[in-house]
Amino acid sequence: MNDMTRTGLETETATAKISARGVQVHYGQNHALKNVSVEILDRAVTAFIGPSGCGKSTFLRCLNRMNDTVASARVSGQILLEGEDIYDPRVDPVQLRARVGMVFQKPNPFPKSIYDNVAYGPKIHGLTRNKAELDAIVEASLRKAALWGEVKDRLDAPGTGLSGGQQQRLCIARAIATGPEVLLMDEPCSALDPIATAQVEELIDELRASFSVVIVTHSMQQAARVSQKTAFFHLGHLVEYGDTGDIFTNPKDPRTEAYITGRIG
Amino acid sequence: MTDLSAAPGFTARPKSSILTASAEMKRRNAAEARFKAYGMIAVAIALATLAIMLFTILRDGVSAFHQARLTFPMELSAEVLDPKGNRNREEMSKVTTVGYQKVLSKALLAELDRQGIAQEGVSDKEIGELISKDAAGELRARVLADPALLGTTITANVLATGRIDGFLKGRVTLETAERDSNISPDQLRLAEKLRDAGLLRSSWNWDFFTNADASDQRPEAAGLGVALLGSAYMMLLVLVMCVPVGVAASIYLEEFAPKNRWTDAIEVNISNLAAVPSIVFGILGLAIFINFAGLPQSSSLVGALVISLMTLPTIIIATRASIRAVPPSIRDAALGVGASKMQTVFHHVLPLAMPGILTGTILGLASALGETAPLLLIGMVAFVDNYPSAPPEGFLDPATALPVQVYSWASRADPAFIERSNGAIIVLLVFLVIMNVGAILLRRRFERRW
Repeated sequence: MNDMTRTGLETETATAKISARGVQVHYGQNHALKNVSVEILDRAVTAFIGPSGCGKSTFLRCLNRMNDTVASARVSGQILLEGEDIYDPRVDPVQLRARVGMVFQKPNPFPKSIYDNVAYGPKIHGLTRNKAELDAIVEASLRKAALWGEVKDRLDAPGTGLSGGQQQRLCIARAIATGPEVLLMDEPCSALDPIATAQVEELIDELRASFSVVIVTHSMQQAARVSQKTAFFHLGHLVEYGDTGDIFTNPKDPRTEAYITGRIG
Repeated sequence: MTDLSAAPGFTARPKSSILTASAEMKRRNAAEARFKAYGMIAVAIALATLAIMLFTILRDGVSAFHQARLTFPMELSAEVLDPKGNRNREEMSKVTTVGYQKVLSKALLAELDRQGIAQEGVSDKEIGELISKDAAGELRARVLADPALLGTTITANVLATGRIDGFLKGRVTLETAERDSNISPDQLRLAEKLRDAGLLRSSWNWDFFTNADASDQRPEAAGLGVALLGSAYMMLLVLVMCVPVGVAASIYLEEFAPKNRWTDAIEVNISNLAAVPSIVFGILGLAIFINFAGLPQSSSLVGALVISLMTLPTIIIATRASIRAVPPSIRDAALGVGASKMQTVFHHVLPLAMPGILTGTILGLASALGETAPLLLIGMVAFVDNYPSAPPEGFLDPATALPVQVYSWASRADPAFIERSNGAIIVLLVFLVIMNVGAILLRRRFERRW
């Protein structure tokens, strides 16, 4: 538990990147998220923890409006990205998702080449004017995702041919290639082995320098290792939110304590 | 453990060796063996039926690909065929096929004479009857097209009459000829001599693929030309009409349409349409396309419209199934990097669904190719002996299709037509096999893993 002291301290410069106020989500009759308010800081890693079905993934998917693809989902409340409401009717979710990227639980590279996987986002957003610029973005993204060294000689190989950990880092490279400001990660390591997990965690720590990272995780150790802020969700409520070190060493709410000591969840 | 075994309902299993099968186990194994046997019997019956069907079709149909022809030198007498002697086509066309028929029989008689083949009671007229009634017309067309042939001696290579063809193939025998008013045993015996002399030969029958249908008097000249062309036109039109509409409808229903009562109703009705008997589509086509819209009957356009209506549900169902089979994680991935719905569908979902769409489309077309009932109602079963012209006007010309040609030949009296009907089935089956193999190859070729 030593790691946790390392994190949780470096948030002094923090400004809020995303502010959620009174967010409620209904899936049909099911009230999945109840009155969640949270400030997500820029250039920091925020971890969402909680037992299965507590609403942490639901909340994450609200942040870039991926819940729009679920027909029965209904979101109310306010989520501000740098002061602008992302649920404003004038917002085009496609444009929003270019700024708020997402990495999914299961590595899901496109069945295309490694290069095309990373280049796809910049291409559709028209971020580059020529091939050289695109090459540069692909290289930079793969370097940031700590994958460049492993794949630089086979950029034309299919992305689906990589190992699980490499695929997940490819997905991270793909997500950061569009130059997002926020990176949402939905249990990015749950399908990976411990070594790949360690690589991805290291990567997340580096990404903190450029992005605001939000990570949903089932592993409390992981939350403790990588995050500066932690939010604990339970039964659709945001129970406790604070510095990671405080949450794990000095939880204020008895439910948080019960969860991190393994009595519920 | 003691409470467990003492609990009510629990009887201790008697000790037994696992080396001997218990009665219970034997019973279960026997049931399994029986089930396997039923399965194998069912498969065997199906295979046997298929084998018998293929065997009979091949037995009766392969002979259609060979045709008896008479080959003999023939002088095209200018005096007879161009009485005015000025090579004017108008004037020459006054000589009817009857005139050419006489020239043909004279030339054959002369050749018999030259080779010293005795007529043995067969009259000159009966010898002329060995030549197909189609030959005179063919010769006349050839001469009118090229009057320079007049006065020369050409090698006539003309169809023998259907009965002689049947004789060479064993369908007509001396016994059946006794009872046949169209042919006599003496003629058959003479034909045998002609064959021995090399005048009468059975050779590969290209005409079967190119000729139009022929009248009852000359089955030997009937071919699949118009039917092949009609089927090709229809398949082309069905492809052009069905694929864009079917794929677009599937994409909309699967990816864009809201899920509500209306889309549910549409979905159910598309499935129902696929199950509507094809004859109903024929009546619909007759009522709407011919009687109401006034499109020409027997035309490949109307046939294609009707068949499109039948094929569309098949294509939509296959396309939707393959779109649905694309893993949602791919859609999430594309949406997650900020692709729009449309980009997601066209860049990722469609390419991945393509093998399924192609296979479904080809199989839909294959079943459309074999569709008969609706075409009967819109008049494509007619006797058509003119080729439809080139597209697009040709789409409005009368045509037949392969399966209706099979049907109409099978209902003719002369056994030569039955043989051709079986031959046409073989051609149809070959096309179906080609399409199915094509579907499999395309699927292999485009299949990707994710």
